[in-house]
Amino acid sequence: GRWSICGITGNFTNICVKISLSCRHDDLKEMLDSNKDSLKLEAMKRIVAMIARGKNASDLFPAVVKNVACKNIEVKKLVYVYLVRYAEEQQDLALLSISTFQRGLKDPNQLIRASALRVLSSIRVTIIVPIMMLAIKEAASDMSPYVRKTAAHAIPKLYSLDPDQKDQLIEVIEKLLADKTTLVAGSVVMAFEEVCPERIDLIHKNYRKLCNLLIDVEEWGQVVIINMLTRYARTQFLNPNANVSVSAEGKEDKVEAAALVVKRKPYVMDPDHRLLLRNTKPLLQSRNAAVVMAVAQLYFHLAPKAEVGVIAKALVRLMRSHSEVQYVVLQNVATMTIKRRGMFEPYLKSFYIRSTDPTQIKVLKLEVLTNLANETNISTILREFQTYIKSMDKDFVAATIQAIGRCATNIGEVRDTCLNGLVQLLSNRDELVVAESVVVIKKLLQMQPEKHSDIIKHMAKLTDNIQVPMARASILWLIGEYCEHVPKIAPDVLRKMAKSFTNEEDIVKLQILNLAAKLYLTNSKQTKLLTQYVLNLAKYDQNYDIRDRARFIRQLIVPTDKSGALSKYAKKLFLALKPAPVLESPFKDRDHFQLGSLSHLLNAKAGGYQELPDWPESAPDPSVRNVEVKYPTCSMNIEQSSTEEQKKSTKSKEPKDRSDSESEDEEESSTESSESESEEESESDTDAKKKKKVLLSISINHTLQGTSLRYYILKKWRIYVSFCVALLLKCSFPSPQAASPTCGPLKTYELLHRITGEGLAVTYCFSRRPFTGDPHMVSVQIQFTNNTEVEARSLRVLEPKLQSGMRIAEFPEIDVLPPGEISTVVMGIDFCDSTQAANFQLCTHTKKFFVTIQPPVGELMMPIFMTENEFKKEQGQLMGMNEITEKLTLGEGCRGDHVIIQRVISTANLSRVPCGSAMECRFAGKTVTSGSLVLVTVVTKEERAAQVTVNCEKMLIGTMLVKDILQALSQ
Amino acid sequence: MIHSLFLVSTAGHIFLEKHWKSVISRSVCDYLFEAQGKASAPENVPPVIATPHHYLISVYRDRIFFVAVIQTEVPPLFVIEFLHRVAETFQDYFGECSEASIKDNVVIVYELLEEMLDNGFPLATEANILKEMIKPPTILRSVVNTITGGRELRSVFAWSVAQGSGSSNVGGTLPTGQLSNIPWRRTGVKYTNNEAYFDVVEEIDAILDKSGTVVFAEIQGVIDACVKLSGMPDLTLSFVNPRLLDDVSFHPCVRFKRWEAERVLSFIPPDGNFRLMSYHVNAQNLVAIPVYVKQNVSFFETGSSGRLDITVGPKQTMGKTIEDVVITVHMPKVVLNANLTTNQGTSTYDPVTKVLVWDIGKLNQQKVPNLKGSLSLQSGAPRPDENPTLNIDLRIQQLAISGLKVNRLNMFGEKYKPFKGVKYVTKAGKFQVRT
Repeated sequence: GRWSICGITGNFTNICVKISLSCRHDDLKEMLDSNKDSLKLEAMKRIVAMIARGKNASDLFPAVVKNVACKNIEVKKLVYVYLVRYAEEQQDLALLSISTFQRGLKDPNQLIRASALRVLSSIRVTIIVPIMMLAIKEAASDMSPYVRKTAAHAIPKLYSLDPDQKDQLIEVIEKLLADKTTLVAGSVVMAFEEVCPERIDLIHKNYRKLCNLLIDVEEWGQVVIINMLTRYARTQFLNPNANVSVSAEGKEDKVEAAALVVKRKPYVMDPDHRLLLRNTKPLLQSRNAAVVMAVAQLYFHLAPKAEVGVIAKALVRLMRSHSEVQYVVLQNVATMTIKRRGMFEPYLKSFYIRSTDPTQIKVLKLEVLTNLANETNISTILREFQTYIKSMDKDFVAATIQAIGRCATNIGEVRDTCLNGLVQLLSNRDELVVAESVVVIKKLLQMQPEKHSDIIKHMAKLTDNIQVPMARASILWLIGEYCEHVPKIAPDVLRKMAKSFTNEEDIVKLQILNLAAKLYLTNSKQTKLLTQYVLNLAKYDQNYDIRDRARFIRQLIVPTDKSGALSKYAKKLFLALKPAPVLESPFKDRDHFQLGSLSHLLNAKAGGYQELPDWPESAPDPSVRNVEVKYPTCSMNIEQSSTEEQKKSTKSKEPKDRSDSESEDEEESSTESSESESEEESESDTDAKKKKKVLLSISINHTLQGTSLRYYILKKWRIYVSFCVALLLKCSFPSPQAASPTCGPLKTYELLHRITGEGLAVTYCFSRRPFTGDPHMVSVQIQFTNNTEVEARSLRVLEPKLQSGMRIAEFPEIDVLPPGEISTVVMGIDFCDSTQAANFQLCTHTKKFFVTIQPPVGELMMPIFMTENEFKKEQGQLMGMNEITEKLTLGEGCRGDHVIIQRVISTANLSRVPCGSAMECRFAGKTVTSGSLVLVTVVTKEERAAQVTVNCEKMLIGTMLVKDILQALSQ
Repeated sequence: MIHSLFLVSTAGHIFLEKHWKSVISRSVCDYLFEAQGKASAPENVPPVIATPHHYLISVYRDRIFFVAVIQTEVPPLFVIEFLHRVAETFQDYFGECSEASIKDNVVIVYELLEEMLDNGFPLATEANILKEMIKPPTILRSVVNTITGGRELRSVFAWSVAQGSGSSNVGGTLPTGQLSNIPWRRTGVKYTNNEAYFDVVEEIDAILDKSGTVVFAEIQGVIDACVKLSGMPDLTLSFVNPRLLDDVSFHPCVRFKRWEAERVLSFIPPDGNFRLMSYHVNAQNLVAIPVYVKQNVSFFETGSSGRLDITVGPKQTMGKTIEDVVITVHMPKVVLNANLTTNQGTSTYDPVTKVLVWDIGKLNQQKVPNLKGSLSLQSGAPRPDENPTLNIDLRIQQLAISGLKVNRLNMFGEKYKPFKGVKYVTKAGKFQVRT
């Protein structure tokens, strides 16, 4: 306890407490200071147990923090637990540990990097904000998706520590949103929701990706993403029910909306809107109730009315889950049943109540049953209610009586039946039941009092027995209101009440006054004295409300000289016709809160709740989601690692490999046959193109972010990027694999999606085969699939819009494509050695579609054969500006020559140059149009370091190619 | 998201707290206690309680309140589902989820919670990943625990044992599963005996009215699996009659596309025990009610007494025996005692909780179990209006009452021949007879 005494200058008792505390912990300190990990571990376990029990262990901070760098992983973990718990209280000492974590951030093991970042970002000490910021930024471009996920988690931590970092954090979020891995998606959207939920613009370019990744994201991420996308969709798409759902809203709205509908074009759902609905639907089958609820609310808020029904079954399923889940689901179902009753009607019986349900569940089920009641099922429901009335759970019985009352007001046919049933309850033994019935009967009677004077009489008799204030008050009000229906009984009731006045509750007293006043006005002969007696009693009541009321009533009804003009109208004031109360569900209009949210459940806005926006009048530009040209202008991080592509590349590796080997074979055979050089060239060229497309699609994300300013200046690059993005987006749609006649499976790209093409789907691939007819053209294989019911006729190319110099060799017109058939053609395009797009129209006999084909740079060349000496000689002539060299670290999977060769060849349509050194690989090719040489050298060094050199007189091609190869190799 | 977690016993003792952000005083739980005071039973405490500065979202499980403290908007189901996942993890790790087992394993609990949430957002909730990072207590350790009893001694012992065997709570290997495409399965699984067992468990939820007619009936089924297969097996499970299934939900490992297209379950299983799917059979006419119940419970207007007569017999059992039949009746408060005789099983009436339990056992075709006798009521109290409900429990081995049958199980991706087994069982779920 020495140190704590030294540190204390406070009062004596404080010192004593500390001493006793620290004395108690002396053994722990000793253990922590020992050399044995086992003792340390034991000490840490005991300390953590203290923390768990809520005991204060802060005085051990210095002893614990020393062990932050302990070798034993369990000790270390427990020290982290301690550190995170107490760092906020012991800021200065906590700083001692920071360097350990900074070191951890550089560890080669991704899990250690991640854990270091996790702990570092959990230490809530403001001084280290800059360190955290730096660590997060670095981790956001880490190779490992797991580390990037951790970075995403760290963002809201830093934000809560220092909200001033918002702008910088948004940059990181933006970068991570572009991440392609499912691991990161959920976490970054979570960060987005906490830091900048208003920046809906950041979602545009990631929207489709998020939709497509969704099914593979972990459950918790799915919930967050779905909720966010619901909000997004509300700002970007049109209301699919614009011309249907108006009936639910007010009449004025109806007229307005109707006018709008007239103006508006017939509604066509945005394909992106459809994409969201389609991709979320399977998640209704999730085992996780939160995911199911998230999808359900998405459908409720976004889907066309006709499609919302699918969620009912899933929600009903959740009703068999834990009672807490039931509680939340029923609240949401209650809200839904008000707007969309039909959806749950088939499941009516699933809401039947069991005696073992907790009361809160029973009441909610009752609410749903009441909302579902209509003319056809009301008799079933009322029969069910009858059994509920016999329940032992009196709160539930009371709720049932309320529910019967609501059914009676909503459905005129059963009003009398309900009323009779309730009247029978008036003779129930339980006072609560009787009281509740009285209250409900009162409300019902207000609708047709003249028909039910016998019920009023019956109730008048109850005043002798019933003691529940609310019920007594209700009876008195009824008698007063309808005193002309019970002219004989009413004065007698007043007599009795006058007698017991002083013993009544306040609400009852007020109603006695009310009754007296009304009787005085209608039957003053019999009640004048009684009324004055009551008023006198009230005058001296303890409650000022009652005194006030008495004074007020006296002035109004008893005519004196002073009383003003008002007393003339006393009758009108007291005996005005009162509208019958509307018995409404407490869940009415709750759906202005996003369903499934905490705010909806509480019916009050919770902190941080994001309003669900109204649908826009007209849809914002849908192209924001596909044109991602703006991309490179955002965060420009040259070091961007290529890990995002890892996943993709592994997926597409197989087909790539296969096409590789085949194309190599082909190349050889064509050299042998060597009919004509030109033919051979274009053949291998098209092959190369196919391969490169594959790779390009993979690397787009990388190239986008990895673009250094140098490339960025080049305008053409920009076009290239935009094209790649367009391609990628197209690829993300499921497209049928083209049945290539000679090659193995090649990655195909969407030229025309079957929805946009109204049933006609078109895909294409670069076959890397020669284009017969023109050696300077790249051959593109195009496949048409007719998904419609009718045949498509005269498919052809129309009005190519080309940059100067570019040429297209159109494919022969396809006369007829019968429904369900597939047809493949080949066209040639001379891209002029540039990655500019070839734009043209695809026509059928009825329609035209604008389409675009843009080649990856690697497809613009074809392989040539060279010896090592020739290569060196040529290389020597292409130095200086024509040589581009980049260093890189080879990716984990990229070991050994053959992998490198494979990857380079699949990136670009080149052939290998035989070479003696094991450390070097060389490749050669020439551009298709101008025949400029393209020479590639890959030199590997120790420890996965490597260097790529491209020599080419076309600098643009060279720079782009280096980038692509770099990326292919660093995976 | 989740700011803090408190574990509270029914008696109101806060025995564990964990904070993922700044520390929140445990006095926030007072709002829970207040709600608990108002509620008639722990089940009636509202799962969501709004307090001036926080929201409490709680689940009640195994006599423990799991209370999450929230500060901002979050889907309540998200938190509820997570809390249940926590409880299930404890169950999985310690064999039971109770105050005692949590207190005994407080360090493991803390380590688990640390991994399950990061900054209040779920991080690793899959049992397979967690087990790679944090080892469950070994049998040896728990044996030591039971022998030594004393807390200090026990932990020292456990520690020395752990040292001796070179093991600790924290796995030495890094949780690579977290990085893979199939996060639910740990890598490097090896067994000498490769086996895969599937339990098809069906529960009948039904409400019968006084006369014995079915008001409502449905079948809830689950397929629980215990898969201990080496490597990365890819399994396909098909049914003879998949059309029966009206509604399904799956473990994330099941490929939904294949289910939609072919109605087969195709999946790479997690290692160990897991719930493969839950399903629902709706069509009421398909639901066979395996027992009939004749009952008469009445209270007399005079004499402060009542009568009870219950008969249970087998119906539609497809030749199988009905076992473990138990009938539970919650009597009205005025029922002081019951004087009952039965020809099979035992009946007990607890005058404090007012619960009558009739444990019948097996149902035979020959002898029909019957319980009858008189009920004595509180003298002077009026005759109760309400009628008690009978809750029925039963079990039928080797039968899925819906008729669902597994066709075959195929394995791809591994060479060995696994041992496969399917077991069927039918139970009563929420099975009530109204009187």
